[in-house]
Amino acid sequence: MSEPMLVIRDLHGYYGKSHVLHGVNLEIGQGEIVSLLGRNGVGRSTTAKAVMGMVAARGSIRFKGQELLGRKPHDIARLGVGYVPENRDIFPDLTVKQNLMLGMKSARQKGRWSMDDMYALFPRLKERENTPGGVLSGGEQQMLTLCRTLMGDPDLIMIDEPTEGLAPKIVELVGSFLKEVEKRGISILLVEQKLAIALDISERLYVMGHGHIVFEGTPADLKDNEAVRKEWLEV
Amino acid sequence: MEFFLISLLNGVTYGLLLFMLSSGLTLIFSMMGVLNFAHASFYMLGAYFAYQISTYLGFGAALLVAPLVVGALGAVVERYGLRKAHRFGHVAELLFTFGLAFLVEEIVHLVWGKSSVDYKIPEYFDGTLFTLFSTSFPIYKGFMMLVSVGMLVALYLLLTRTRIGLIIQAALSKPDMVQALGHDVPKIFMLVFGGGTALAGLAGVIGGNAFITEPGMAAAVGSIVFVVVVVGGMGSLAGAFVASLLIGCIQTFSVGITFSVTDLAALFGVRLEDSSAVARLTVTQLAPVLPYLLMVAILIFRPRGLMGARES
Ligand SMILES: Nc1ncnc2c1ncn2[C@@H]1O[C@H](COP(=O)(O)OP(=O)(O)OP(=O)(O)O)[C@@H](O)[C@H]1O
Ligand SMILES: [Mg+2]
Repeated sequence: MSEPMLVIRDLHGYYGKSHVLHGVNLEIGQGEIVSLLGRNGVGRSTTAKAVMGMVAARGSIRFKGQELLGRKPHDIARLGVGYVPENRDIFPDLTVKQNLMLGMKSARQKGRWSMDDMYALFPRLKERENTPGGVLSGGEQQMLTLCRTLMGDPDLIMIDEPTEGLAPKIVELVGSFLKEVEKRGISILLVEQKLAIALDISERLYVMGHGHIVFEGTPADLKDNEAVRKEWLEV
Repeated sequence: MEFFLISLLNGVTYGLLLFMLSSGLTLIFSMMGVLNFAHASFYMLGAYFAYQISTYLGFGAALLVAPLVVGALGAVVERYGLRKAHRFGHVAELLFTFGLAFLVEEIVHLVWGKSSVDYKIPEYFDGTLFTLFSTSFPIYKGFMMLVSVGMLVALYLLLTRTRIGLIIQAALSKPDMVQALGHDVPKIFMLVFGGGTALAGLAGVIGGNAFITEPGMAAAVGSIVFVVVVVGGMGSLAGAFVASLLIGCIQTFSVGITFSVTDLAALFGVRLEDSSAVARLTVTQLAPVLPYLLMVAILIFRPRGLMGARES
C-alpha cells in the first residue's frame, strides 16, 4: 500500500518559548474525512497551522511523500494543502467573486473546481457575487472561505471549526458540502468541537488532550468509549 | 481671480507630485507597519539619476530609465536589507530606514558633490502652455500634471482591475491568509516596495528639474510627505490623495498672500501700533510652517487622519 496522503510523526509545536504540541501522531488517507476533536486550547488549531508552516515546529509532516517542515506556507499550499482558518479570514473589502479569484493560485490554473461549481454548490454565493465579503452573514462567510480554498484545487483540506456559531441548518449544509468534496477524492482534516457532526461524517477520529493524541478510532469506537469522551471531550 | 486660478493650477501640480511620493509611502507603510524614512531618498536618487542619464541620452531616456533603476534598487533594499531587519521588529526596521536615508545622502555628496547639479528642464519643454489674464502657465508644469495623472490612473487600474492588484490589496490586510492560499507574499512585498520607490524616483525625475536637484532635497520633501501621510491617515491611499492636493494648494496659495498679523488684527477692529516682527508677519512668511501646523491640528483633533482607519 502506498503512503497515506498526510503522515504526522512526533510533531512538536511552539509559540515562542511556549511548547504547545508534545509529539502529535496523525494520518489521513486519500479521500478520507478525519476529525480532530478536543477541548479548548489543547492544540488542535496549532496542529493545522503547523502543517501549513505557520508555527515553529519539529518532528515530521509528510504530505504525498514530501516533507513539509521547513517549507514556506505558500509553498505548502502549492503542493496541494488547503487551509480554512478558524476565524474564516475572508477579505472584507473585496467582493465574493474577488475572494474566490484569490483562491486560485494562478490566473490560468485549471483545477477540479470552477467558479460555476462553487455557485452550483452554494447558489447564495452567486446571488451575492458582487457584494463585499464583509457584509455577508456568518454562514455565507463560511461557505465563501470553504469555496475560496477549493478554488486552489487542494488534495487535502484542513478546516478549523467551520460550524462555530452557525445555525443548525447551516451546520447541516456544511456537513453535506464536506461529503461532496470527499466524493471527488479530496482528503479532509476537520477540526471540530461539535461531536455530532464529527461522528456523522468522519471515517476516523482523533481526540487531542494537552498537546498530544489521546484517542484514535472510528465513530463507532468513540461512541462505545465513554471513558475517553468523559475525560477529554465533555465539559 | 487670476491669482486664485493660477495658484490652484500650481497647487494641483505640486499636490499631484506629492501624491506620487505619498502613494508609494502609504502602500509601503500598510505593508511594513512602519514609515519608511528613506522614501524621499529614492525621490532624490530619481532626480540625480535622471540628471546623469539625461547628460548622455537626453531627458526622454531619463524619464523611462531612472524610475526603473530606482525601483530595482528599492526592491534590492527590501529583499536584502529590510526583510532581514524585519525579523528584529519594527524598531529595527525604522532604524534601518533612518540609516539608509543618511547613507543615500552621503553617497550623493560623494558622487555629485555638496552643491546643486545643473539638472534643467529640456529645451523643448521651455515656453508657455497658455496665458491666463497676464500670468503664464509653463508647458513643463502641464507635462508634470500629465505624467502625474497618468500615474494616478495606472495605479488605480492596477490595484482594482488586475489580479496582482487584488493580491496586493488582500496581502496588505491579511498577509498570512494570502500566503496560505498559495501566493508568495514576500515576493509581492518586494514588488510593492520596488513599485513604491519607482514612483518616488519618477517624482524625482519630473520634480528635480522643476525645482532644484541638491543633496538637501530629500530632507526637504521628506518632511512634507510625512505630513501628507499623517494628515491623510496612515495607510489610506484616498487620504494621501486628498492630503497631497490640500497641502499642495496650501503651500502655493500661502506663498502669494501678503496678509499680515497687523491686517488680521485690523479685521477685528484692533489697531496694532507697534511694528514688531510679529505684527509684520505675513502669511507668505508663515507658508513653510503651515503644513506642520495642519499636521499638529490633525493630530490633536483627528488623530487617525482625514481617512485613516487605524486609531494609532
Ligand atoms: N499565537 C499564539 N501565541 C501564544 N500562544 C498561543 C497562540 N495561539 C494559541 N496559543 C496557545 O496554544 C495552546 C493551543 O492553542 P490552539 O489554538 O491550538 O487550541 P485549540 O485546540 O485550537 O482550541 P481553541 O480553538 O478552542 O482555542 C493554547 O493554550 C493557546 O493559549
Ligand atoms: Mg482552535
